[in-house]
Amino acid sequence: MTTQQYDAIVIGGGHNGLTAAAYLAKAGRKTLVLERRHVLGGAAVSEELYPGFTFSVCSYVVSLFRPHIIRELNLAKHGMEIIPLEASYLPLPDGDSLCRWADPHETRREIARFSKRDAEVYPEFGMAMNKLAQFARHIIDNKAPDPTSTRISDLMQLLKLSKAFNQLDPDLMQLNMQLLTMSAVEFLDLWFESPVLKSPMSVSGIIGTFLGVRSPGTAYVLLHHYMGEIDGAFRSWGFSKGGTGQISNAIANAARSFGAEIRTEAPVDRILIERGRAVGVVLPNGDEIRAKTVISGLDPHRTFLGLVGEKNLDPEFTTQIKRFKMRGSSGKVNLAVDRLPQFRDGRTGTHHLRGDVAIAPSIDYLETAYDQAKYGDFSSRPYLNVVIPSLVDPSVAPPGKHIISCFVQYAPYDIKEGASYWPNRREAFGDAVVDTLAEYCPGLKESILYRQVLTPWDLEQEFGLTEGNIFHGELSPEQLLFNRPASGWARYQTPIRNLWMCGSGTHPGGGIMAAPGELAAKTMLTSGAV
Amino acid sequence: MPIPTPFHPRTSELCRSYRYKDWSGYIAVCAYATYADREYFAFRYAAGLIDVTPLFKYDVTGPDAASFLARVMARDIRKLKAQQVSYACWCDEDGKLLDDGTVWRIDDNHYRVTAADHHLAWFHRNTAGLNVTITDVTDSIAALSLQGPLSREILNHATGSVVDGLRFFRLTNTNIANRDVIITRTGYTGDLGYEIWTASEDALAVYDAIYEAGTPLGMQPAGLDAMDITRIEAGFILNGVDYFSANHCLIESRKSTPLEADLAWTVQLNREPFIGQAALKAEKARGQDRAFVGLVMEWDEFEAHFAEHGLPPEICSAAWRDPIPIYDTLGNHVGQATSGAWSPMLKKNLALATVKAEFATPGTQLRMETTVEYVRKTVPVTVTEKPFYNPERKRK
Repeated sequence: MTTQQYDAIVIGGGHNGLTAAAYLAKAGRKTLVLERRHVLGGAAVSEELYPGFTFSVCSYVVSLFRPHIIRELNLAKHGMEIIPLEASYLPLPDGDSLCRWADPHETRREIARFSKRDAEVYPEFGMAMNKLAQFARHIIDNKAPDPTSTRISDLMQLLKLSKAFNQLDPDLMQLNMQLLTMSAVEFLDLWFESPVLKSPMSVSGIIGTFLGVRSPGTAYVLLHHYMGEIDGAFRSWGFSKGGTGQISNAIANAARSFGAEIRTEAPVDRILIERGRAVGVVLPNGDEIRAKTVISGLDPHRTFLGLVGEKNLDPEFTTQIKRFKMRGSSGKVNLAVDRLPQFRDGRTGTHHLRGDVAIAPSIDYLETAYDQAKYGDFSSRPYLNVVIPSLVDPSVAPPGKHIISCFVQYAPYDIKEGASYWPNRREAFGDAVVDTLAEYCPGLKESILYRQVLTPWDLEQEFGLTEGNIFHGELSPEQLLFNRPASGWARYQTPIRNLWMCGSGTHPGGGIMAAPGELAAKTMLTSGAV
Repeated sequence: MPIPTPFHPRTSELCRSYRYKDWSGYIAVCAYATYADREYFAFRYAAGLIDVTPLFKYDVTGPDAASFLARVMARDIRKLKAQQVSYACWCDEDGKLLDDGTVWRIDDNHYRVTAADHHLAWFHRNTAGLNVTITDVTDSIAALSLQGPLSREILNHATGSVVDGLRFFRLTNTNIANRDVIITRTGYTGDLGYEIWTASEDALAVYDAIYEAGTPLGMQPAGLDAMDITRIEAGFILNGVDYFSANHCLIESRKSTPLEADLAWTVQLNREPFIGQAALKAEKARGQDRAFVGLVMEWDEFEAHFAEHGLPPEICSAAWRDPIPIYDTLGNHVGQATSGAWSPMLKKNLALATVKAEFATPGTQLRMETTVEYVRKTVPVTVTEKPFYNPERKRK
């Protein structure tokens, strides 16, 4: 039995846990990070699964990472490098395709082949979403507003928010309301006429949710796609050089440079609670590590129902946490291939593949994919978001060979045979994904050297994402802001004194953003908790 | 990647400098030679031939075409007679400029609009209740601008003296090299000049005929760099440089009204409703906040700044469009110059600027920032009537 005294123990070495640790260490707090796996990063992790191929195993692109965190933690110096995606490519079943580029005129011409009007509305839509995203930045760069509080600082925050909201055009206020209530398809119908354009745009509304593109509330998630920025340029997505794990490694390097201690292969059995206060953690061998504060980067289910235990919680709070929707809906298939996939549309060069490739040929296709999931099956023809990071970052694959990363939706956690049956269906799921992509890329199957299939069950077992939810809880309007993860507990504090949360299950949510980790640490520091 | 215009096979052969830029998604020649002065002087002393295909072009047809255009434009297009061309601007509901361009009446129910930006979707949104068809003909119609004192003679050679009687801002249907063309007496140089519009597939034949007619008279193929100097001399405002289309502005202060852009002369307020009318009436009643003015730099102080370093005054051979702050004589910031050039015709440094309305009276003394030997200085400028350069032949 060892007893060590830390100011803070961070459970989970995902990118948010590492970010929280870096901020706490930077403020001079003695900080320890405990990661269960042998590698850091959580779901932002790079692993060489096949010799010479480094995979971004789970998350695969970055957009929302807060730029001030890069500055404050000096992450560029610690190895964070982001390469922008060049295009958004949609191959169609008839052999045609639509590609959206950084060049607005080129994009206009591409869309005009399907609708001249849509081609012109597209930049208008982008402008309106950008204006709203500017407003939304107030929200993601601050702790969640608390409409029930009468504290001066909370009232000031609400005042600031309402001022920013009032500065929006009335048109934009209306737009905001539509976003919060409508479905992605309904919302896009207000703007566009061409299904070829609407279909790949609508999928931004369903990523990581157990909802369909025609389900109300999915419009809001569209906005998330316009909030990202790289180097101050709005609405850009990027690859992390060396895979998304390099972001986590850069944050870990920053944390270490400030004096944080980081241990891998260090699982935590439970949080040590004495007289209603968190005082440390207990390891599987019974060892205790004591600290003034404990911060969990795990999702709310694992934190409270797992590490804290219902017996230490108020039943009403437990109910709220149980009701917080996890219900993962996606999987991941990672391929190592010996050549670049050839799509059927006859485009030459590789520019159109140096971004993301969407398999989303029509709204009905997407809705049918959802229908299967509703009744406990994975989609036989799923929506795929495919990237080939080795095209822009040759460091992740041997020369001439490539990595194909497929984000797959829908793959419901609760399949009809029960979630634990997933291992028996894993390869069938992988086949469905490869078959789907091969319909657009003849020769794909013959080029595969290695295949990794991650079902929601695997995401839970291997990466600790409850029910395989990639965002630590759905990003639907009722689970955001002051309700994330529970009403009254949206500011990183928990009902257990000295226990804090810093994962994607807290405000402002999932994605490689680092904001929950940062805001949690800053809230702890300003409140004098640590 | 930008795409070539139908004239590209000819222009690319002539463009020895390889200096191109992206103009609305087309490859456009900046200058055919390393320096643009030969092309500039051709515009002013002979003629310059420039490919203006990238302009957006819309055909508006149907019984309600005139009513539609009167609804979207700030100018009352219903007054336009057949074969007449008009310069117009159009605004959003708040009276903020979206674009400016020409509107032509080809015949009774057939109009054409040229524009710097695309507007098909916006036009369509404003057709409610009207029997009108709007077609984007940007890609199907190629356009050349022939500008300069000898442009009439050249076109007469090419057409068989058809343009002799063509008055300023009028159009005629004719043919060149047996291909149908429309010739408008319009341009962006403030000089005598014409624009020739033809089907894309006829572009090369028309180009060759004009090239053949023009070469003996000293005509030069010209690029955007030379045209930019002439349009500044003419005092013409440029969308995306001197003002920004309201569609592209993230913030209100970036937007402009026609009054602020000195386009009030194209606005007819008292008539049936048009888009932005109420806001523009209110602005007129209240008085505009800003004004678009011409500035002429005072030479002596400019020269003295260089003399301090033992240098002769530096004259830039190309036009510039990086905004520069403008101050009043007390040093208060009152606006910005958005483009400018040395005028070889007038031997003056010219600028186009947006300043607070109270500083817009011709003769007002202001100061413009300039950098001399890495040090920021200011030099005196005088608010001056536009156009700076206005040869009689332009309208004659």
